[in-house]
Amino acid sequence: MVKRVAILDANRCVGCQICMLICSERLGYAGLTKSAIWVVTPGGVERGFTVIVCRACKDPPCARVCPEEALKIRPGGGVLLDPRKCIGCGHCVAACDIGAIRLDPETGKPIVCVYCGYCTQFCPHHVIALEEVL
Amino acid sequence: MKENWVNTLSRVLYIDLARKDYWVEDREDLFGEWLGGIGVATKLYGEEVASNADPLGPENSIIFSVGPLTAIYPMASKTIAVFKSPLNNNFSESHAGGRSASAMRFAGYGAIIIRYASERPVYLIIEPDKVRFRDAGALWGVRSAETVGRILREVTSGAGLRSILRIGGAGERLVRYASVMVETFRHFGRMGLGAVFGSKKLKAIVIIAGKNFKIPDLKEYREVRRELYELTRGPGTKKYHDLGTAENVIPLNVLGALPTRNFSGGRFEGAEEISGEKLAETMLARRVACSACPVACIHLAAIREEYEEEKFLYKTEFISYDYEPIYALGTNLGINDRFGLLKMLKAVEDWGLDAISTGVVLSWATEAFECGLINKDETLVSLRWGDWRAYIEAIKNIVLQPNEFYKTLALGVEEAAKKYGGREFALSFNKVEPAGYLTGPLYFISLAVGSRHSHLDAGAYSLDQKIFSRGEVLPKPEEAARMIAEEEAWRQVLTSLALCLFARSIYTPEKVTKALNALGYGFTPEELKKLGWKIYLEKQRIKRSEGFRPSEIRLPERIFETPTPLGKISKEYFQQALSAFDEVMGKWA
Repeated sequence: MVKRVAILDANRCVGCQICMLICSERLGYAGLTKSAIWVVTPGGVERGFTVIVCRACKDPPCARVCPEEALKIRPGGGVLLDPRKCIGCGHCVAACDIGAIRLDPETGKPIVCVYCGYCTQFCPHHVIALEEVL
Repeated sequence: MKENWVNTLSRVLYIDLARKDYWVEDREDLFGEWLGGIGVATKLYGEEVASNADPLGPENSIIFSVGPLTAIYPMASKTIAVFKSPLNNNFSESHAGGRSASAMRFAGYGAIIIRYASERPVYLIIEPDKVRFRDAGALWGVRSAETVGRILREVTSGAGLRSILRIGGAGERLVRYASVMVETFRHFGRMGLGAVFGSKKLKAIVIIAGKNFKIPDLKEYREVRRELYELTRGPGTKKYHDLGTAENVIPLNVLGALPTRNFSGGRFEGAEEISGEKLAETMLARRVACSACPVACIHLAAIREEYEEEKFLYKTEFISYDYEPIYALGTNLGINDRFGLLKMLKAVEDWGLDAISTGVVLSWATEAFECGLINKDETLVSLRWGDWRAYIEAIKNIVLQPNEFYKTLALGVEEAAKKYGGREFALSFNKVEPAGYLTGPLYFISLAVGSRHSHLDAGAYSLDQKIFSRGEVLPKPEEAARMIAEEEAWRQVLTSLALCLFARSIYTPEKVTKALNALGYGFTPEELKKLGWKIYLEKQRIKRSEGFRPSEIRLPERIFETPTPLGKISKEYFQQALSAFDEVMGKWA
């Protein structure tokens, strides 16, 4: 079985963005835009937070629209990016209806979760956890 | 290695509102020597603002700054604003969280300076390497700061990466204690930054992150970060995440240090009803955090309300509460109705006022009304302790200023009492209304000499309480002044980094040294403490050049009449402490 970052309860999220900061730090950076997990508000903090991260689809549209086979389907669910093949066309971004893929403004290539679960070690309010893909 | 991290921070963005121009300067000279945050902002203020500058004239500059730890260590969440205050014509500072600090840091700026004034209403969109000047004609006159944020969220990009700073009606109409709202529910509250925005015709600033900085030594950084992260989740911050700062209401009431009805007493019979416990039990709806903070001290209450004129039509609104607004608009105005208190807070939030100053201005007005110095011709509504509906009307009037009285009230309690009398019960220290602790003399002395007029300037309420709980006698006045300065000097380091002061027990000199050195700095704890003094004295030097002499400020008689846990405060003692402070700063600064 393979794993993914599961949103256990977005209502527990306090919007601290530590998951985003930690995900950027995974690559050695201080910043927000290299993160594969996103915390946004659906209309101001009083409405609570939405946490967006790749849910590891069994049949991922992002991989199907990739013209260069840079996004490979991961057996069991989700995708794996081969940045050497990626031409930065952004089709994967448009194909993901939940908005879990973004282009890194600096490299022009997609940022997509690698299912490592590093962010889940630091979520102070148990919003996210590394779980097996069912 | 040190240079590397300093260089990620040392870009200063200069914005000229008059010419709609901007440029970036590398100020490694400042960030290398003065860290960031308040240290750098103080130096920049010295460069920018002349000692005789009019706070509401184009010659006042606004300086925002962040620090070397911003958003990469837990609770390094604050943006420092420095400007000349329209309340007292002095150097002043205000700190706010939300997402302002992380947005600014990762937009790539260690400091942002806003110069001069626009001819017409404007708002700014600040991105990495770009500033856009937008016409704020459609937003000017939108009275609720919350609505302004809602509109800007729709028309700007950067969801999840941005911070939105804006003013409401109070800032536009130059109420001297207008605030700047950050996201929703965080503020540059004190000292009137909202009025300075208004005077520049600056309605809002949107800051959008987009840069990333390579961390020099990942292994060492991760180790220190993990250690600090564990500590911020421990007992050192428990109070802030459980009940939040509202937890203070009951213990201060028991102690007799909860300012009540314009500081005429230290115990409020309705304290239980508006306590952190009661609010959590009945109205707490959600908790929210600033960026990079695991604590989430921001407590939001839901106010569910049926429309009077239409049965079964309801609305639910959210409002944040904290200890200070509970004191200022609650106990200080005799409010024991939770619902009413939150409605008042909501009004203050919408109009974009500082809750503390507003509460104290109204408590003076209520007392002046009670003893006949003013009457309904002036106040338009009958101001009586506990009548929150009347207070909501008065809050609106402070902003809209329908008559001479409210025009004066909008200038602060000092000016109001000068004109209408009742100076002995007009609570202000260096013309700024006090935060809410009736703990003893050291606290009020710290307000008199502070620049932020927050209880956190020097935390002297805690010095008072220690003296009380240990049953000690008061230190000599000179010693009191020294203790306050000493504590405040160290806090200059914390706010240069720029940390939330709720993390002060975690970030000890040793821990701060570790955190900085993991990024390649080479400090010792002693050097940091020295730097704290250097920043503190620089601040004092600037304030003195503007004419500030603590021994010359007016002291409200009321604080020498109302007993504190340490007994009645002696005026002589107070003045001796201020003179001692004056003398030492005259020599050193």
